[in-house]
Amino acid sequence: MTASRPNQAAPDPHDDVALRVEHLSKVFGRRPKEALARIAAGASRDEAAKLGTAAVVDASFDVRRGEIFVVMGLSGSGKSTLIRMLNGLLEPTEGTVDVGGERVTGVDAKRLRGVRRSQVSMVFQHFALLPHRTVLENVAYGLEIQGVGRERRQQLARDVIRRVGLEAWETRMPSELSGGMQQRVGIARALCADTPVLLMDEAFSALDPLIRREMQEQLVELQAELGKTIVFITHDLNEAMFLGDRIAVMRDGRIVQIGSPEEILTDPANDYVAQFVQDVDRARVLTAASVMEPPAAAVPITVGPRGALKALRDAQTSTLLVTGPGRTVLGAVRDRDVMRAVQAGERELRPLVDAGVQQVDPDTSLAELPELAITSGLPLAVVGDGGRLLGVIPRVMLLAALGNVPTDTSELQVVDLPPALDARLLTQTLDATPEVHDAR
Amino acid sequence: MLDDLRLPLGTWVEAGVDWVTVNLAVVFDAIRAVVLALFGVAETAFTQPPEPVMIAILTLLAFAVRGWRMALGTVLGLAVIVLVGQWDNAMLTLSLTVVAALFALLIAIPLGIWAARSDTVSAIVRPVLDFLQTMPAFVYLIPAIILFRIGVVPGIIATIAFALAPGVRLTELGIRGVNKEIVEAGHAFGASPGRILRQIQLPLALPTIMTGVNQIIMLSLSMVVIAAMVGARGLGQDIVQSLQRIDIALGFEAGISVVILAIILDRCTNALGSLQQHSPIARLRARSVAARRAPSPAPATTGAAASAVAQTDTGRVGSAVGEERA
Ligand SMILES: Nc1ncnc2c1ncn2[C@@H]1O[C@H](COP(=O)(O)OP(=O)(O)O)[C@@H](O)[C@H]1O
Ligand SMILES: [Mg+2]
Repeated sequence: MTASRPNQAAPDPHDDVALRVEHLSKVFGRRPKEALARIAAGASRDEAAKLGTAAVVDASFDVRRGEIFVVMGLSGSGKSTLIRMLNGLLEPTEGTVDVGGERVTGVDAKRLRGVRRSQVSMVFQHFALLPHRTVLENVAYGLEIQGVGRERRQQLARDVIRRVGLEAWETRMPSELSGGMQQRVGIARALCADTPVLLMDEAFSALDPLIRREMQEQLVELQAELGKTIVFITHDLNEAMFLGDRIAVMRDGRIVQIGSPEEILTDPANDYVAQFVQDVDRARVLTAASVMEPPAAAVPITVGPRGALKALRDAQTSTLLVTGPGRTVLGAVRDRDVMRAVQAGERELRPLVDAGVQQVDPDTSLAELPELAITSGLPLAVVGDGGRLLGVIPRVMLLAALGNVPTDTSELQVVDLPPALDARLLTQTLDATPEVHDAR
Repeated sequence: MLDDLRLPLGTWVEAGVDWVTVNLAVVFDAIRAVVLALFGVAETAFTQPPEPVMIAILTLLAFAVRGWRMALGTVLGLAVIVLVGQWDNAMLTLSLTVVAALFALLIAIPLGIWAARSDTVSAIVRPVLDFLQTMPAFVYLIPAIILFRIGVVPGIIATIAFALAPGVRLTELGIRGVNKEIVEAGHAFGASPGRILRQIQLPLALPTIMTGVNQIIMLSLSMVVIAAMVGARGLGQDIVQSLQRIDIALGFEAGISVVILAIILDRCTNALGSLQQHSPIARLRARSVAARRAPSPAPATTGAAASAVAQTDTGRVGSAVGEERA
């Protein structure tokens, strides 16, 4: 173990440090110490590979109280290994971790359990809920281990469950819940344990894009409300930029830069980060999934012209997506056409549908979108497997998103948007025509 | 010359067994006494009640774990055993099986747990199990007679040794197969290893462990029949006899009784692993769970909130539309 260094200032100058990591390294393999010595002497990770896999090399950082600290890096860069050393699931080859002033590394099992109960809980990528227990019992699990009585812990668990919006699901089994809901249970379980620090390893990576974004927003909200310290691991730059107060970029087991999202974007520490981030210049970082909106401006074809007109009015747009069975996109309708049809008392929406709506994959980067979108003059539909509508990118959104890019794409902003018809006009039309004409 | 070269492995083992017989006689006498006592209890329990009572009990048991079809099959099967005059033998065999399986389980499950938690133990146990499982069943009988004298005890002991392996293996397999992330979650929240075993590993490994239990019982039954060769009583005795006298009629009657017992035991223990939804016990259990849940939120609000959550979870897909259609 690393000897204590008496000549270094021992007392903590900032007592707002929630988690401190010093010279932390982990090598998997038969001769980890030797591998590490070799690397310290200047060998590369590959050169030391015979002695063991250096998953984390000499990581040092502080996480401040109430901060969301994001660790970002490509797959295999050592993120999971790092976070698992923070609560002692892995014993480091070298270095120390302190959480809330308590040592995590090199302590006996009993002490370690104490730290886990009082200081640090965890949210898992694949949720890791106990499948044979109800949502309530899962959420109360941390308190159960802490020895809190049944009544009390269930009461506390109910509070947390309400916070994450799952109060109707308390008595259900995890398998009855969707992925997003299961992860909310995972988060509730970690919150309910009432530890100041939360570790989240790719917690949202297994979720659909839209749910993922919702969860990110909810996490930021919860964090603001409860003031937890969060260490969040992700390989997704969007997620890192959205969540992180500070971001640590990892590469091949080393932390290559730590900074605010802006610092990382505008002032990359080295070529690697620059490339990472340049690869990421916003139009590329942002994917269709990241700018799409929930498809409020979409209706099934069965609603008929009146239903479409109401939706147009409520969404205040000039065009509306129309979907068929299985939420596949049939096309779009324009407000003028719909209004005319309603006035004429028509029942069918189908004749009005313009099939020229462009459909894109959620992973399409924004950089590839404009020529598609601008030329068609219609909103873009983002579709998933089997053509199922996931979201829409209204033209306004697209232009706004691209407007952030300080590049030559800015000229695109001059494209005119057709103004939506006045909402009052639509309401008048609806009022003036009889209800019975609604198609079923 | 190679012909003169002979490895006296058998002699060594014999010498070892001799030494053990002389020096550890006390231990084996104690084991003998315990096994014999337990067998006495089982024998009384199975053979004392009149046939109709015993049949009723077994049928009820079959009904509880698998439902009326199984109950019907059990009645018919047991009736056949009675009608071919093998009832007493069958109950003796059942007693032997139950006692042997019980001991085998008591050894196999803890050993399996231990092997699941320690790679060293696993590495040692595995070849021993291979040995136990592949050694011809008869061979166990020889040291068993020497150590425990003729009678039911060597039969039971040989049966235990023979039936042990799948129980250990499947327990280890089941526990090692539990989702790593879930076990890790237990650790991450500060649970002790014992607690993780009780609350996570054993419940999640239960279906696999129950398969092991089933295998132990089935192997015990088959071995108990063989054990008749060293004086264990029951159906096996008639089978051995019919073999000596080439008595096809007796052999078939005893044989079919073994098959019937085997089917009943197999189906019932199989059902225990994953209690089928329509089995009466499962239904009872579901009802008690429902009762436990009753005091929580009123169903009306539950439904509304549930659909609200479901909606947010699909990304509020078509929320505008949803209102239109409502
Ligand atoms: N238990 C282990 N044994 C051996 N090598 C491992 C183990 N866990 C991770 N590694 C290796 O360590 C490196 C980093 O892995 P990991 O921390 O999982 O990366 P990330 O989470 O960033 O994808 C990888 O090369 C991986 O193969
Ligand atoms: Mg990982």
